[in-house]
Amino acid sequence: MKLHQKPKTPTDLPVLKPFVVAGSKTWSMETFGTITADRRILVAFAIFLIAWLSVDVVYAQIQSDANQSAFATLVKWTPLMFLGPPGELGGFVLNIVVSFIAMALGTFLGLWLGLGQISLNPIIRRSSWAITQLFRNSPWLVLLFYIMLLMPFRVTIAGVDFDIPGWWKAAFALSLPIMANISEIVRGAIASIPTGQWESAESLAFSRTQTIWQIILPQCVKRMLPPWMNWYCILTMSTPLVSILGVSDGMSLTQDALAAESRSEFLIPMYLWLMSWFFIYSYPIAKLTRRLEHRFAVNE
Amino acid sequence: MSTKTDWSADQPIVSIKDVYKSFGELEVLKGINIDVMKGEVICIIGPSGSGKSTLIRCINALNDINSGSIKVKGMEVNDSELDKLELRKEVGMVFQQYNLFPHKTALENIMMAPLKVLNQPIKEVEEKARQLIERVNLVGKESSYPGELSGGQQQRVAIARSLAMNPEVMLFDEVTAALDPETVNEVLLAIKDLAQKGMTCILVTHEMGFAREIADHIYFTDRGVIVEHGPPATFFTEAKDPRTQEFLSQIL
Repeated sequence: MKLHQKPKTPTDLPVLKPFVVAGSKTWSMETFGTITADRRILVAFAIFLIAWLSVDVVYAQIQSDANQSAFATLVKWTPLMFLGPPGELGGFVLNIVVSFIAMALGTFLGLWLGLGQISLNPIIRRSSWAITQLFRNSPWLVLLFYIMLLMPFRVTIAGVDFDIPGWWKAAFALSLPIMANISEIVRGAIASIPTGQWESAESLAFSRTQTIWQIILPQCVKRMLPPWMNWYCILTMSTPLVSILGVSDGMSLTQDALAAESRSEFLIPMYLWLMSWFFIYSYPIAKLTRRLEHRFAVNE
Repeated sequence: MSTKTDWSADQPIVSIKDVYKSFGELEVLKGINIDVMKGEVICIIGPSGSGKSTLIRCINALNDINSGSIKVKGMEVNDSELDKLELRKEVGMVFQQYNLFPHKTALENIMMAPLKVLNQPIKEVEEKARQLIERVNLVGKESSYPGELSGGQQQRVAIARSLAMNPEVMLFDEVTAALDPETVNEVLLAIKDLAQKGMTCILVTHEMGFAREIADHIYFTDRGVIVEHGPPATFFTEAKDPRTQEFLSQIL
């Protein structure tokens, strides 16, 4: 096919027409039969993962003269990487625990902050806005460092000492950017409810507080759920950040395991192994989010 | 509970005196005077942008006014000290876009305000809501969500929802303007039923035939002033002002 064809509609702009390079095969959706585009990505990723994992394990096997196989090494460290040291909370499970706590706290605080942003009191409204902007536009790692350094490791309440584990502080730190983003989601969802709802509630003698809690917010739930789940996924992916601050999460225990083996060829398979857990955990949530987005879009 | 006023039944239940209202530079109401007695049905007609909707929104304080006075049962609407909730218990309003709560069923929509605002017992509220459903001819639709109802049905639920608060005055803001022609009538019948049972009604409407049939008094507004008013028997046939004549000739 000629690259320079005379366009049917005259234009003075140079236009690159679609072309096929001689000898190249064309492939289309039909190649994959009835598999959906979505599942193709998952299948492709799984194949890629297995392939890479096996190639690396084999490679590590060939390279090493150690008496333990690479696969056996992976199996050996898996309980630690996944569950943490015996009797302690750690590993990948701790990542999930941190994500739960940070999300719960962030959602709770974010809801109030979001409501603060629509408050009729200008002081509350402006300060809520400022807090939201501050935590929404700060790097998560910087927030983590700040909280880790600012919060005490031990508090004394009524003469009793309470140790604050590092991962509590980490969860609190991660809840701050979540809070700020939930605040924006809440504010945006409330703003998207037609003013007619406010007016009809008002003319039925509902107070502002009643209107918000009984009429506006229940209608916002649907709109807020997909972005809320999206932020949960982002948060879960970000939990390995806590490893930098000495929390024994999956990431930091994987590093420990690698250090103990001191075999650099295990680097790729072991991190890949950890990564696959995050993927397997988050992918269904991401998929559900997309489905909900689609469903709510149709219903509205 | 209710705010004490010196209002008695021989005085107008809604009294609008010399009301001015502007949105920024735009003057919407320029000296409006209307008195409505208890049980009267008032229709406000006029071209778009003449301030009719703004006027009735001012009556239940959805919009505030710049000067003048609006009294409902002796309560000064423009008073910053006024308990707006007390006012709104007396004044029900139905909107052009129905504005039903989409997350509640028809019955729940009607029950919500008496339950949450007046804290009435649920049994009583439900019984009354079912009566209202019957009154607006929607038996069988109790558990339907607004999205499942036609415009006319939604608007009738909206009327029932307002009535559940036992208001003294009902405001109707172009309630049939967004409806399909075939459902307009069912809504008008519901309003007519109300009017005949002695409810004080203030309607902004474009339904001239309806206004003629049910109104005790018709007000014609244009550019923020009342140009002409009178009982329907004479208003439609003996309009004196050229603006009224022109409007009526276009619409009738």
